[in-house]
Amino acid sequence: MSAKLVQKLDRVVIRFAGDSGDGMQLTGDRFTSQTALLGNDLSTLPNFPAEIRAPQGTLPGVSSFQLHFADHNVLTPGDAPDVLVAMNPAALKANLRDLPRGATIIVNTDEFTKRNLTKVGYTASPVDDGSLESYHVHPVALTSIAVEALASFTDLTRKEKERAKNMFALGLLSWLYTRPMEGTEAFLKSKFADKPEILEANLAALRAGFNYGETTEDFAVSYEVAPATMTPGTYRNVTGNVALSLGLVAAAHRAHLPLFLGSYPITPASDILHTLAGLKRYGVATMQAEDEIAGVGAALGASFGGALGVTTTSGPGLALKAETIGLAVSLELPLIVCDIQRGGPSTGLPTKTEQADLLQALFGRNGESPVAVVAPATPADCFDIAVEAVRIATTYRTPVIVLSDGYLANGSEPWRLPVTSELPDIAVEFATEPNAVDEKGQPTFHPYLRDPETLARPWAIPGTPGLEHRVGGIEKADVTGNISYDPDNHDHMTRLRQAKIDGIADTVGALEVDDPTGDADVLVLGWGSTFGPIAAAVRLARATGARVAQTHLRHLNPFPANTGEVLRSYQRVIVPEMNLGQLAMLLRAKYLVDVESHTSVRGLPFQAGELADVIATAVTSVSDLPLKEAAK
Amino acid sequence: MTTDLGMPSAAPGATGTAAVPGLPDGTALTKKDFTSDQEVRWCPGCGDYAILAAVQGFLPELGLRRENIVFVSGIGCSSRFPYYLDTYGMHSIHGRAPAIATGLAATREDLSVWVVTGDGDALSIGGNHLIHALRRNVNLTILLFNNEIYGLTKGQYSPTSHVGQVTKSTPLGSLDTPFNPVSLALGAEASFVARTMDSDRQHLTSVLRAAAEHRGSALVEIYQNCPIFNDGVFDVLKDRTEAAARILHLTDGEEVAAGDNVVVRDDRGSLAVVPRAEVDPARIVRHDVSATDPSAAFALSRLDSPDLGHVPMGIFRNVQRPTYDDSLREQVASARTGEVTDADIDALLAGRDTWTVGA
Repeated sequence: MSAKLVQKLDRVVIRFAGDSGDGMQLTGDRFTSQTALLGNDLSTLPNFPAEIRAPQGTLPGVSSFQLHFADHNVLTPGDAPDVLVAMNPAALKANLRDLPRGATIIVNTDEFTKRNLTKVGYTASPVDDGSLESYHVHPVALTSIAVEALASFTDLTRKEKERAKNMFALGLLSWLYTRPMEGTEAFLKSKFADKPEILEANLAALRAGFNYGETTEDFAVSYEVAPATMTPGTYRNVTGNVALSLGLVAAAHRAHLPLFLGSYPITPASDILHTLAGLKRYGVATMQAEDEIAGVGAALGASFGGALGVTTTSGPGLALKAETIGLAVSLELPLIVCDIQRGGPSTGLPTKTEQADLLQALFGRNGESPVAVVAPATPADCFDIAVEAVRIATTYRTPVIVLSDGYLANGSEPWRLPVTSELPDIAVEFATEPNAVDEKGQPTFHPYLRDPETLARPWAIPGTPGLEHRVGGIEKADVTGNISYDPDNHDHMTRLRQAKIDGIADTVGALEVDDPTGDADVLVLGWGSTFGPIAAAVRLARATGARVAQTHLRHLNPFPANTGEVLRSYQRVIVPEMNLGQLAMLLRAKYLVDVESHTSVRGLPFQAGELADVIATAVTSVSDLPLKEAAK
Repeated sequence: MTTDLGMPSAAPGATGTAAVPGLPDGTALTKKDFTSDQEVRWCPGCGDYAILAAVQGFLPELGLRRENIVFVSGIGCSSRFPYYLDTYGMHSIHGRAPAIATGLAATREDLSVWVVTGDGDALSIGGNHLIHALRRNVNLTILLFNNEIYGLTKGQYSPTSHVGQVTKSTPLGSLDTPFNPVSLALGAEASFVARTMDSDRQHLTSVLRAAAEHRGSALVEIYQNCPIFNDGVFDVLKDRTEAAARILHLTDGEEVAAGDNVVVRDDRGSLAVVPRAEVDPARIVRHDVSATDPSAAFALSRLDSPDLGHVPMGIFRNVQRPTYDDSLREQVASARTGEVTDADIDALLAGRDTWTVGA
């Protein structure tokens, strides 16, 4: 076998970059799958343009996929790539500034033509002009070698052969990082089952790439990254959107409710619709509605009928759904609204991530209209948060907004599979009997007579004899649910609805703080997808001796009951957010604690290094304080 | 081109309430059973009273369990309707009732789902949901009360107000061309479209009966008088003599005629109303309510004239085609392989690419 050197690494960050049509997302996806099967921990960051096909070879058309894998716990897709695969000059130009000096660059020289170079403003090829001197550059004629390797496929056109270049690149990288390719081979066999010629060509290109690595002298060393030590169990790799979809199905199963999704396609939420649409065999019904409003309306109608009504969207769609969510607040029916946030305002950055819908989720409706709001911390946590959202919605008969985002939605990580029978039992009981007597002493049903503990009203579904009742958006009299314009009743009902949501805090568990030394003065608090970068930053800071505590909010409304107490236990509280300080504002307003906001709205997740600097500065400032001040 | 999904459509001839549980044999409900304890709060003389009485009087005839009937409404005077019926009901938000009812009907085959809406609710703010409900052919009976004015917001013009109508918001006359709700519904692929009137209880009831029997979306436009903001707008149709001359009764298989006038197809292929004495009897149009091609029904709907000179009344179209909710249920049912177990969910979560980490 190969006489080449094999070097052991503890972690690698690879970025595949090419034109939108080059199949970089697929290549990244397959490399991820191979890496997951090998047992590395990993995290991914797909990054693609909003245009389906921007002009070929241009900067706006560059699509990339970054993967961070290691022999230890991985928290982010990595700040900077160790390796860049650049399929054309645009991909090189768009990604070069993210590369640290010394990084490896594999370029597809076939695409470095004068025309392609000019398209992106290069006057000379950077591969030849010395401008990449501080990198390890591997110029490989990826396209022509792939085409050459397929010479025996006489029925395929040159164009078809060229298309296999991404598989050649995948094969090469698989050799370079000692990844098993069986999974990809099986994947190709299933994908091209009815196109044997294309299948064979792809397989041949994949193997050719692997063999090229093994034989060429250009690559002297290959690498191994040992499996990570992970909690025993069965794992799969999962993206946030898939995990969220599966969580909804599992939760509906545990609640014994049929799942109904009413949705309108919108980036980056559409994959949830696609995933659930394929799960009809689990009793899932999906409807692609005429608009966002109809999507949530149909979901609410399904909830009224006793199904688990779900709608999925992104920020602009959440704005359109606001009135219906308000109706659901008034009807006090379960409803799950998944907002996969993206850059805003308006259409904003459809394919880029942001977490600026927090205030919209909490307050974006007319009147006092409280709803529960939860947010997953990682792609795999999207599963758990879906189950939690369903628990809250069905227990408290309330809309629950799930705030995921583009980073979690498309990013992936290994997920230790839960056991369905061990998921929380959230079985729902519908009302079946009258719950009161009327003035004539006859049994009657009061649709707004509440459970004293949860303040939830009974869920009496059509088809239940004797419980016929009317609900609506006009203010209802307490208990009877009849229309009421009485001032005191409105004041009472408004407070009751708020108290019901506030009461959810009793069941969400305390906010736990990670403070290994137990004496940190600085707390970093995050929510949503900032978990990974914050945890990685905290790890970096601690490695330099900094004492810093970390905590993360998964419940944004209501906050866990001890949140104020936690905030007040630290001299400085730093809240990094991918918005202009929305959570910080809420915390300051609610707890009168001087939390400090650190924000970024670049459409990309935070970099761990950047946050580590912020933490280090804060820790230093605290330790520099005069003793008296610090003792406060 | 259409794709055969290999799915059975609603059982041939299935009625709109085929899957809704009926009352035990030998029992029946009365109008009183459908009357809720809520005080009815429409203006004195409002046409809604007559429609409510007709609906309450008709519902027992369905022979369905009261608890399996649901009325969903939007916003507007007509949308208070559900409060006055002792069934399940939802008074929702402006324009959205068809969307909400679609979700309900899609998940609950055992319910008879009705939508009550008005010309503003259904045709302005909710126009999109109405056309898509009709297009999908969801098993819903939609009652569209048309009084050609906004009542609840106190007298602005509506999408059915005629050009030049002076209202609070159009002091110099409305500039908007009105919708013809029947034409709109037919254009949206509705499988059942009818028109009736608040004051003609017998006709209204007969139309309700046919609409309830229809499997799929049934749109019933009901001319309704608003005594406060648009009083008397349909009066000429309520006067016996005038009505006889103006109302073109649509009866399946019968000639379309009003008084001494009949409907014929003219030289350009359109329909025209002409004196019976002037035409060859063979040219008189006979109504075919179940014609697959909606062109004739559409042409009939175009016989409306702004001055109510001629008004077709009755069922324009009543055809069978697969309903969205039946088809959705069928897709789910045929995908299912039995009760979903914990093990099924475990397998779903695992997907196809797993690996195991040992202790």
